[in-house]
Amino acid sequence: MDFELSPEQKAWFKEVKEFAAKEIAPYTEEYDRESKFYWEGWKKIAALGLIGLPFPEEYGGSGASALDTAIAHDAFGAGGGDAGLALSWGASGIIGAVPIWMMGTEEQKKKYLPGICSGELISCFGLTEPDAGSDAASVQTTAVRKGDEYILNGTKMFITNGPIADLSVVIAVTDKEKGANGGISAFIVEKDFEGFAVGKHLDKMGNRTSPTSELIFSDCRVPAENLLGQEGYGFYQVAKATLEWERAIMVAPAVGGMEANIERCIQYAKERKQFGQPIARFQAVAFKLAEMKCLLDTSRLLVYRVAWMKDQGMEAMMEASVCKLWVTESAFKVACEAVQIFGGYGYTREYPVERTLRDTKLGLIGGGTSEIQRMIISRMLLGKF
Amino acid sequence: MLEFSLSDEQRAIQQVAHEFAEKEIRPLAAEYDETEHFPEEFVEKAFRAGLTYPYVPEEYGGQGMDFLTACIVGEELAWGCCGFATILNANNLGSTPILIAGTEEQKREWFGLLTSRPTLAAMALTEPGAGSDAGSVQSTAVRDGDHYVLNGTKCFISNGGLADVTTVFASTDRSKGTRGLSCFIVPKGEGISPGKKEKKMGVRASATYEVILDNCRVPAENLLGEEGQGFKIAMQTLDKARVSVGSASVGIARAAMEAAIEYAKQRVQFGRPVAEFQAVQFMLADMAIEIEAARLMYMKAAWLETQGLPFTKEAAMCKTFCSDVAMRVTTDVVQVFGGYGYMREYPVEKYMRDAKINQIWDGTNQIQRMVIGRIITS
Repeated sequence: MDFELSPEQKAWFKEVKEFAAKEIAPYTEEYDRESKFYWEGWKKIAALGLIGLPFPEEYGGSGASALDTAIAHDAFGAGGGDAGLALSWGASGIIGAVPIWMMGTEEQKKKYLPGICSGELISCFGLTEPDAGSDAASVQTTAVRKGDEYILNGTKMFITNGPIADLSVVIAVTDKEKGANGGISAFIVEKDFEGFAVGKHLDKMGNRTSPTSELIFSDCRVPAENLLGQEGYGFYQVAKATLEWERAIMVAPAVGGMEANIERCIQYAKERKQFGQPIARFQAVAFKLAEMKCLLDTSRLLVYRVAWMKDQGMEAMMEASVCKLWVTESAFKVACEAVQIFGGYGYTREYPVERTLRDTKLGLIGGGTSEIQRMIISRMLLGKF
Repeated sequence: MLEFSLSDEQRAIQQVAHEFAEKEIRPLAAEYDETEHFPEEFVEKAFRAGLTYPYVPEEYGGQGMDFLTACIVGEELAWGCCGFATILNANNLGSTPILIAGTEEQKREWFGLLTSRPTLAAMALTEPGAGSDAGSVQSTAVRDGDHYVLNGTKCFISNGGLADVTTVFASTDRSKGTRGLSCFIVPKGEGISPGKKEKKMGVRASATYEVILDNCRVPAENLLGEEGQGFKIAMQTLDKARVSVGSASVGIARAAMEAAIEYAKQRVQFGRPVAEFQAVQFMLADMAIEIEAARLMYMKAAWLETQGLPFTKEAAMCKTFCSDVAMRVTTDVVQVFGGYGYMREYPVEKYMRDAKINQIWDGTNQIQRMVIGRIITS
């Protein structure tokens, strides 16, 4: 076993962390308040090559390992990088792109991946529906083959990047009788396709800089060549290809976010004086910091483990669920404690800790709720009996 | 003898408060949370409904409820919206020092003013450098003939700057620390003004301001009690406020739990209502257990007050427990609602934002633990 990052990886972490601190963090308060997407920031993360990291060079990426990709997402959070922007980055560059990379035809990869890598195209992933949240296999959106097209009908809900996406990877039912066993497919839908519309913009508690909306398909015409993967098995293939990435890499910014919150708290606790001494001298405060550090370190190890397993070509379904559950719940706990350490100031919107509490709550819900992760882990532990 | 039932009178007032919360608060809660505006007309409505200054005796124009009944009313108002409830709770907080330490004359004069029409009161204790450590207040009050001249900046003051009457804590003798603190009744007017309005995570219908005292001249007869009694007055006031925070926390938690139960019965996933899954059902059961315990705790603390018994420890315990419960419950309620819970279109994310402040104000829960720890180890 080796727990040491290489000098290059350490330098890479430092570079991305400093980038996020300097170029992104100063703008978040304003964009969060107004619930606006930070286009300038998006262009900057694309220009630094962050979005295209894991993809092969021939499709416009850098061919970085999953671990180096995870380090970048982690470092972005550690620099105080906006969680909403990180979410949009993950929605486009991970769940909106990995399926195309893993399952796409050569034409599909050439057509979409370079734009996604450069940030000129924004992608998203359309699975959730009003009545299919945790129960993802019960999607109602249908896709019916008609000549050389599929006709899609239905509504997708809570889609990250919905309002700004140029394309979406959409899950729809092609054979209702077969259902999850060979009846659910994946499609690449471009925003200009006839019958596609963005529904209402959803107003959220946190991650407000990342736009969320419904996607509406009304007799939406999708060329047959935009079928992604095998008909009937797209959902299964997408899940297999993407879930480990989603549950490790997309939560990596929350790991860095814990580091940022701990740094804020250390500084505040040393400066803030009550009862004649810095509050860091009180065990009630100091021990919170110790607890937060334990949550940070275990979280980071879990993310890096899944990324390392991906790089070794290993399956990591269980490890990915453990990672997603632990990291998101830890990040939320750390944010709650940070607000508490900051006291009255922590409750005001003037300090970033308030936003981190609102932002981190989403982790326990999106991408498979904590309850779903517990279900997956326990089922894998118990097996058939 | 133990008695757990409310009197007919208490139930009747509870019902009035509940209906008021349902009709006059709930329909406006989302809008004022969103805009962060102050609901001017609300105070007048609460005044007409007989819900302002609940535990001020009738002889001074108050509603004359005992403290327990007032807390029951507080729970219902917070069930409607904690932001709105905070406006009235801040009135209680701001006027309680007069009740505790005022002379007969002071009570008649100031409650006469406060209860004769819709008014606001505020308590100004916290400062940028004096939060949990209330003893390190920097604001000063210097005697000048038959006046005191007050200077300083107070922060995080609910109803601050808008209030008709503010009870201000300032030092008359910096060398004495907490024993140099004094409390003054400061009417709206020259020398006292609102500073910046805070942008908050929750309880956004309630206005939170800095309060700036700039050579504010108050007549010497506006001193409450004697010079140096301010800290004691503040602590006695906070004992009551902490029980109110407990009851408000229960109100928020209850509202959130009710929403979660409704939702869990209707939301179908994997072919059945999510309420049928143990992971959800047990979360709801835990909420019910904790809310029941929390309610008993605030009621016990309030009851001690009505009996004239010491309740400092119980107030601190109730404030801590009830607000921790409210935070856990509202967090889990967002979880039960899933993606919908995270959206501002549904009320539950607001409950979570509103709950959080109760772990912070009127002495953080860390300070409460310090108070409790000191009492039980002394």
